[in-house]
Amino acid sequence: MTHHIAHHLTDPLLMAYSAGTLPEAFSLTVAAHISLCDECRARLGAFDSIGGEILENGDVSQMAGGSMEAALAAAKCGAAAPVRPPSKAGILPAPLQDYVGGDLDAVGWRPVGMGVRQAILHTQGGATARLLHIKAGAAVPDHGHRGIELTLVLQGAFADAGGRFARGDIEIADEDLDHTPIADAGIDCICLAATDAPLRFRSWIPRLAQPFLRI
Amino acid sequence: MPTDRPDHDRQSENSLWIACIARIRDDADEAAFAQIFGHFAPRVKGFLMKSGASAALAEECAQDVMATLWQKAHLFDPSRASAATWIFTIARNRRIDALRKARRPEPEDINWGPGETPDQSDVLALEQESARLAEAIAALPAKQKTLIEAAYFGDLSHSEIADKTGLPLGTIKSRIRLALDRLRHTMN
Repeated sequence: MTHHIAHHLTDPLLMAYSAGTLPEAFSLTVAAHISLCDECRARLGAFDSIGGEILENGDVSQMAGGSMEAALAAAKCGAAAPVRPPSKAGILPAPLQDYVGGDLDAVGWRPVGMGVRQAILHTQGGATARLLHIKAGAAVPDHGHRGIELTLVLQGAFADAGGRFARGDIEIADEDLDHTPIADAGIDCICLAATDAPLRFRSWIPRLAQPFLRI
Repeated sequence: MPTDRPDHDRQSENSLWIACIARIRDDADEAAFAQIFGHFAPRVKGFLMKSGASAALAEECAQDVMATLWQKAHLFDPSRASAATWIFTIARNRRIDALRKARRPEPEDINWGPGETPDQSDVLALEQESARLAEAIAALPAKQKTLIEAAYFGDLSHSEIADKTGLPLGTIKSRIRLALDRLRHTMN
């Protein structure tokens, strides 16, 4: 059973994930949150069932002659799909482990200064995903957004104007939110962050570093 | 849209598809495959064309989706999704792959416990809930229905979905409660 999660996905994000229209970096973040959150898993099931209804009641387009035989032949020449192995317990949920190639110890961190390290994950399609490692008690420079930033906490916790976020919590920051997330003292904070536009930093040092750090 | 089918028809239809998938899984039953293909392949093709695929691509992908159904028949759990919902998720993933050439990260699977065969009462509860959802969607004003369809055909981005007010998400509340109860029941 997952533990208590206070900050969840929104309906539009779940609907877009169910419809399959989110950029890959956002899909990864949504999948990682759902891995930790039963409530959003249940909500996703409901959104998928809307998709099922649309398929059931939608347009019917006649298949070409012989298509059933062709599909059957293709089906029989492939192997049965493997059952997904039970995921190894770790800090990173399974979909993230697929991208990293393992758990936390497989992450290739790079320092970005100010007590923050990051690892960019390879995703397609207009949004970026990165793992952030924020030293206990450190602050991420004050920044705003042009698009949307999703931040999922994987270890430790941080607090900002939006509240306190611990493992499994997701912060959805849009253009209206300027924030300076500060990691809790005690344990380093590790997050997955996805953005669909570059961040806007308030001060010039991180702004100067931005092109090099790709944030 | 054929929305005049009463609930019990929808339920017995789903039971038929569940039986077909079980026959494919257990006996590699080609007649069962032909039957489920006849119903769903033209719907998957229609869905993919609405999503922007050409007729040729939609035809090819619809065949792939049905072949995937054969190969994944052992992974279908009728207490977690109706046949139509499960096939929708396969079609959606095929669309992401074909039209956007991107990966689709999936949530971690949960361990549903030692029970290999799903509880029949859970299957029934889900079927009733699906029928209720179908009814609720059918009863929506045309404008709202069009909006939801646009989201699922990929015609609305996430921010466009977020901007639209009046997405009637109340219709899914009881479906969510059911799934949540089931998750909690499984984990305890």
